[in-house]
Amino acid sequence: MTALEMLAWAALNQVMDPELDEPITDLGFVRSVEATDDGHLTVHLRLPTSFCSPNFAYLMAGDAKDLLSRLPDAASVVVELDDHHDSGLINAGLAADAGYRGTFGAEAEDSLDELRLTFRRKAHTAAMERALSQEGMDVGARLGDLPDTPLTAALIRRREDLGLTVAPGDPVLVDDEGRPYPAPEAEFRLRRARSTRISIDGNAHFCRGLLRTRYPGSEADQAPRADERFLLPLAIPPVAEAS
Amino acid sequence: MYSKDGENYFIVDAHVALWDARPANQRNIHGQQFIDCFYDYHRNLSPAEETWPYEDFLRYGGERLMKDLFEDGYVDHAIFQPALLGAFYRNGFGQTEEAFALTRKYPGKLTYNHAYDPRFGEDGLQRLREDAKRFDLQGVKLYTAEWFGDSRGWKLDDPWSYRYLEACRELGINKIHIHKGPTIRPLDRDAFDVADVDKVATDFTDLTFVIEHCGLPRLEDFCWIATQEPNVHAGLAVAMPFIHTRPRYFAQIMGELLYWLDEDRIHFSSDYAIWTPRWLVERFVDFQIPADMTEYAPLTVDVKKKILGLNAAALYGIPVPAELQVSPPPAVAPEQQPAVAVA
Repeated sequence: MTALEMLAWAALNQVMDPELDEPITDLGFVRSVEATDDGHLTVHLRLPTSFCSPNFAYLMAGDAKDLLSRLPDAASVVVELDDHHDSGLINAGLAADAGYRGTFGAEAEDSLDELRLTFRRKAHTAAMERALSQEGMDVGARLGDLPDTPLTAALIRRREDLGLTVAPGDPVLVDDEGRPYPAPEAEFRLRRARSTRISIDGNAHFCRGLLRTRYPGSEADQAPRADERFLLPLAIPPVAEAS
Repeated sequence: MYSKDGENYFIVDAHVALWDARPANQRNIHGQQFIDCFYDYHRNLSPAEETWPYEDFLRYGGERLMKDLFEDGYVDHAIFQPALLGAFYRNGFGQTEEAFALTRKYPGKLTYNHAYDPRFGEDGLQRLREDAKRFDLQGVKLYTAEWFGDSRGWKLDDPWSYRYLEACRELGINKIHIHKGPTIRPLDRDAFDVADVDKVATDFTDLTFVIEHCGLPRLEDFCWIATQEPNVHAGLAVAMPFIHTRPRYFAQIMGELLYWLDEDRIHFSSDYAIWTPRWLVERFVDFQIPADMTEYAPLTVDVKKKILGLNAAALYGIPVPAELQVSPPPAVAPEQQPAVAVA
């Protein structure tokens, strides 16, 4: 791999699938990265189905192009999305730097900022629940009470992404704006956060599996999902017989 | 009916299809992409011994459907939930005439639900009135991500959609199934978004809205709406097969649904022919919430009976032999009950 290709992979590691809250490199969505000796960079992306939502597809492909274009050694950057029902449209839009609205026209009424914010908030909600569920943390825990684990680090990153405070005395359980919930609501809010976390984890299982089915061998390009590393064993343990 | 350990289960498969996805019926590349996507779902989430050859998956026909559901699959009653996909398939994806003919050939076993698209305007409304009479419709399946001209989707709270829902109310079509699942499109008209369900469920309290795929990939949004709207139900199509590949995830889905909704508003669906009901029924009856998931109550036999068939039977007025009922039977929504004269 050339130096520029290595830099490109590192840049692509910063591109997140907003819905699954994981880098596209870990998900196996990067099909190939090629650089010529004179710095022309070509990247191909692939997704789990032809029908993955085009707004997410555009967001990831657009982010990839933006980050790669900032590499000082890249003379030119081509990002192409393969095998998608809107590949033609999206690739033409990326080539022309037309932006989301310029690519999709009338139906793309708004920019992608709101979509991005919605999923950042969901990612934060899920990270909060994971952090509190580890080692049975109390629902009223403060950031400083959390153990030094990857789950805690992930929560801090999500809070910073949203511009929320991260002082050790701040409560873990907060709303999208960083405000703590009144004590009587806390358990209920944690319960809702759990359904968000389950939803995101479930989508990740589904999308990762579909990519492997669609592109045999792509499992080699996927890194294990965080929840598989830290939380949930996949095998179902024996159930105690009801008495 | 399925029997295990001395318990008998009445089975309603609340989401089945009879499709034709052969190349001759594909209008364009999207027709192929669509069935290939289904086939990937099928291969990814089925046990290896349950997977079909691609050719069979493109087109299986009515007699195979009858065998897979009723002879091999323990199903007592099945409900067609067709997708039209006229932009992708010449003669549509779901085969209306063939499916309807089957319901006539096997009375009591099959219910035909139809599909409409409010973007057809007045013509479509007239058609809906004729179809309601001809097919004796009780329910419809709506696919908000369907393409139509330049439009790649619609929302339940669009003005024309309201006109169609008003017509449904008038025509006695009181079960509205809505695909909110992993797919397809769209841009700002985000077909994943379940917020439009909230609006129509509030405005049409006399209709029951069954959200197919229980809002996956937005389970939490769906649960939040269903908690507040008692006429919103969950269909388990696409959620069911996780019982094989991701049993702990499946346990979490069931746990969340039972927590936020209640045991009377969850419906078993195989999504045939993406999956066949036999293995799903067998595994669901054997399934239990893992003991370490203490946040969820165990699944009782009665809850399984309700989910596997009694809930959908109550919703659709499908007769259930008394010995297969549970006590108390699933709650029937007020609009489904016979009208009672009030003095």
